[in-house]
Formats: sequence, structure tokens, C-alpha cells
Amino acid sequence: MHPKAAKLSRSYWKKNFWLYLFLIPGMLYFLIFCYAPMYGVTIAFQEYSPVLGFFDSPWVGWKNFEYLFTSESFFNVFSNSLIISLLRLVWGFPAPILLVVLINEIRLQRFKKASQTILYLPHFILWVVLSGMIINLLSPSSGAINFLIELFGGEKHAFLQDPACFRTILVASDIWKEAGWGTIVYLAAISGIDSEMYEAARIDGAGMLQKIVFITIPNLVPTIVVLFILRLGSILRNGFEQIFMLYSPVVYDVADVFETYTYRMAMVEGRFSFATAIGLFQSVVGLILVFSTNKISQKIGGNGLG
Amino acid sequence: MQSRRRDEDFIPRLLITLFVILVDVIMLYPIINVISISLSSYTGYLENPIMLFPTDFSLSAYNQVFQYSLMLTGYGVTLFVTIFGTVLGVLLTILTAYPLSRKQFRGKGIFMGLILFTMFFSGVMIPSFLLVKSIGLLDTIWSLILPGCLSAYNVILVRNFFSSLPDSLIEAAEIDGANEPFILFRIVVPLSKPIISTILLFVAVGYWNSYFNAILYIRSRELWPLQLVLREIIMSATAMNQSTDGNLAEMGNAAVQPIMLQYASIVVAMVPILCIYPCLQKYFEKGIMMGAVKG
Repeated sequence: MHPKAAKLSRSYWKKNFWLYLFLIPGMLYFLIFCYAPMYGVTIAFQEYSPVLGFFDSPWVGWKNFEYLFTSESFFNVFSNSLIISLLRLVWGFPAPILLVVLINEIRLQRFKKASQTILYLPHFILWVVLSGMIINLLSPSSGAINFLIELFGGEKHAFLQDPACFRTILVASDIWKEAGWGTIVYLAAISGIDSEMYEAARIDGAGMLQKIVFITIPNLVPTIVVLFILRLGSILRNGFEQIFMLYSPVVYDVADVFETYTYRMAMVEGRFSFATAIGLFQSVVGLILVFSTNKISQKIGGNGLG
Repeated sequence: MQSRRRDEDFIPRLLITLFVILVDVIMLYPIINVISISLSSYTGYLENPIMLFPTDFSLSAYNQVFQYSLMLTGYGVTLFVTIFGTVLGVLLTILTAYPLSRKQFRGKGIFMGLILFTMFFSGVMIPSFLLVKSIGLLDTIWSLILPGCLSAYNVILVRNFFSSLPDSLIEAAEIDGANEPFILFRIVVPLSKPIISTILLFVAVGYWNSYFNAILYIRSRELWPLQLVLREIIMSATAMNQSTDGNLAEMGNAAVQPIMLQYASIVVAMVPILCIYPCLQKYFEKGIMMGAVKG
């Protein structure tokens, strides 16, 4: 090495060793808690036994996946995950957009602020708490809904045990909890709209509805596209808590999704390798979806995740 | 012309206002209803479960809830995990983000790549469980704190903010002979209060909300966070309501109906966070908007 370069490098290390020191704990964290489990995914190709451990369990190739793709419950779980997620997409995704557009039209600042505070509130209610509220609200013995039904001369109904109602309850409670909170992401886009555009539109004779359609919504489109791509990437994910706390064996046929199925396979039945195979399948599908939707949207409109 | 236009918009504006009021009511009503029921007697509840105000006021359910020892330990565990985890998480985020924001730092690309990659491939349950088990964290409070204390997303958010600070500040400090810890904690961090307070809030909310780690990693009841305690109360009360032979004997005599205990514990878990949140609202808004612009 050139003597000058060596000297430079020594002074570089002397000057910057703190920076590398700062980085150590963080990188250790990612190594241990992110990369080690990534490698641990290989147990999907083993017949993992807790007695033998990770390094001595026998390799079985694609057996877990073959079993997964031929089992009947896989198709039930797959279609449930997809259907519930699509229902959330269809009903839940537009909800914050609608809310943010409407709230943007409110002139009375105090009412606007108060409404925003109220709309964000449900986001802070834990699913444990909310599931308790839902169970009580829909309870056939003492719940408010059945109280009302009876008051108007109807029959009491166990909604949470009814496969025909269960998905509606999931989607509705999800919207109640997250729709208001979801408006915040769009606030940046809305506050970025030049007020002169509205003014110019007003002078040209545009009414409120026209301003919404031709100014507000087009300005929200980039944000909508990004969020939509992210949503598609997680189309097989429904989250664990909500369903886990509301479902029961009676509604497994319509409610069992990957998260709950994986949990039962691993923690109740102890089939670690099989459960990991399910998780790996879910992650790989998610990755493919994110990258392909991102590519497609870049081709179409130039909007993407960048 | 002007006034006619105003009239044209009057009806839609009125409809929008009414609709937003309706949404506000839908959001608020269940919360007020639960609080009112928890403050009522059991007979009051059965007579009128749709109440907006307490009927036949009674605090007996709360008496019972606060005598339930798991409720207190649960609150303790959740508070400890939230506070300690937040401090640790924010500190780690700052330490990791800072070197990556410095121009002369070599190896930036590799480290950034390693961190970014974790965003795309994560959350496979069983390997994480086996890892936590093999490093001996299973059924310890650390299993609730360490996994998830650092997120790639937060590191990148903070790094971007650090990078946007003027270089001249750091250069001036270096000429004055300041070392890197001094520059980071005395110059960079105080200037980055907006982003750090945002990250702090989101990490804290994450810990407060986290449920899955506890259900996966915790076995001993005295290490149960509030969420697991609540879950048990709700489940046993529901089971008991259906069959009347539950296992809530610990919670005392049958004078208070299990369902009323359930309502009271729901309120005990819900109300503190709902009281704190409006004070923090603007930080949440700022934080998400910052993420939306830069992320």
C-alpha cells in the first residue's frame, strides 16, 4: 500500500471509530433478531423436533410444502385469508379517503379539530379491549344489539357464532378502529394542495363537488397508489389478534386465516416445521406481490414506491 | 352570482356536516356506553344495555377489579416494558442512524442494505420463537422488550432527518475538537427533537399495543402484561356468563357479576390511554406526515 494511503486510512479509523462503535448494537440487533430467524426459516425443509434441535433435525426437502398444498385446510385457510383481506380492501381502503375528503370541506375549524380527535380515538383501543366490547355488544344474553332486536319484536341472534355474520363483524370493527386513523396519511397530501387552485376553480364557477373531483382527489392519487401497493403486498395477511380473539371453532370455516392457523399448528399441535412452511409461503407470496404491483404501477403511471 | 354559488353549496355542505357528526357519534357511542355500563349496577345494565349515562350508579365492579392482583402486576409489566423498551429502542435507533447519516462514513451502503432488507422479509413466527427460546429469553421480561425494539423504518426516518442538518455545524464542532459522542448527543440530538419525539411516541404505542410477543413467549402469570390479564378476564367472564361455573374464584364473591368485572376492567385498560392521547395528537399527525413525505 502507498504509505500516504496507509496513513490516511489510519487517521480515518482514528477519527471514525466512534461511528463504528455506535453501529455495533444496532447491527447486532438486526443480525440476531432479523437475520437469524431468516436463516431459521430453513426448518420449513426439516422435520423439526425439539429434542434433536435445529442442527440435528432431519432434512425432508419439500415434504412440508407438499403436505401443505394437498391438505384440505390449506385451501380453506388460503381462501379465507384472501376473501377477508379483499373485503377489507373493498370496504376498508376507501373509508379513510372518503373521510378525509369530507372533513377537508368542513369550514368550522373547531368542529373539524374535534372531529379529528374523535376519529383517531378508536385506534388507541387495544384489540383485547375492543374484542371484549364486541363480544358484550353482540352477546345473546345481555348485549345491546339483541336488546334492541327484542325491543322491536325480533328474535335474539348469536352473531359471533354465525358463519354468515362473522366476516362482516371483522370488516366493520376494523373500519371502526382504523378508518379515522388512516386519514392522517392523506393529510400531508391535502395540506400540500395550493389554495390558489381552489380559488381559481371557484372563479371559473366550479361547485364544491367539482372541486372535490377535480382538485382534491387527483392530489390524493399518488398517496393512494403507494398505500394500495403496500396493501396488495400484504393481501394474505390479516393480522392475528382481531380474529384470534373473536373466532371460535363454530366459525373456523369462514374465519380461520394463515396467522391463526399457523399459531394453532405450532403452539397447540407442536408442528413447528409445518407452521414455518406456511409462514414462508405467506412471506414469499407477499414479496412477489409487492414487487410485481410496484413494477406494474411504475409502467402505468410512473407512481410507485420509488 | 357569488351568493347564488354559496346557496348551491349550502345543501351539500350541510349534508357533509351531518354525515361527519354521524360518524363522530358512531365512534364515540360505544366508548361512552362501555364507561357508563361499568359505572352501573348489574340490574341497571340488564334493564338498559344501550345506556348513554350510568343507570343505578355503582362502583362495586371497580372495587373488585382493583383487588385482583394480576390486574396490578399486569399494569406494572406493561408500564415497565413500555417505558424501558421505548428508552432502549429510541437510543438504539439514534445510535444506528447517526453513522449512516455521516458523509465520510465508509461502508454506509452495505449497512443500509442490510437494514433495508429486513423490511421486506420478516415476521416468520416459529424461527423467531425458537431463537428467543435458544438464547434463553423465553418466559422472561426481556422477551417482551428486545424483539422488535429496533425497526428499519425508524432508523431510516431518523437517518434522513440527521442528513438534512447542515454539515457546517458538525464541521465547526470537529474543529473545536469535539468527539463524536459529544457531537451526537449535544449537537445533533437536540436539533432533532421533532423526529425523535415522533419515533418515541410510535415506539411507545407499539410496546403498549403489543400482544403477540406475550402470548408467544410468556408462560408465568406474574409476567403477564395487561393485555393477557384482560384477555383472561374477558374469556372467563364470557364462559361464565354462558355456563356459570367459571374459574374466577380469585376475583372474589359472586356479589359482582363477572360481566360487570369485565366492563370495569375494559375501562381500566382503556381510559388512561384515551386521556393521554389527545394531548399528543399533533405529534402523531406530524409524525405520520413526516413518514409519508420522506418514506
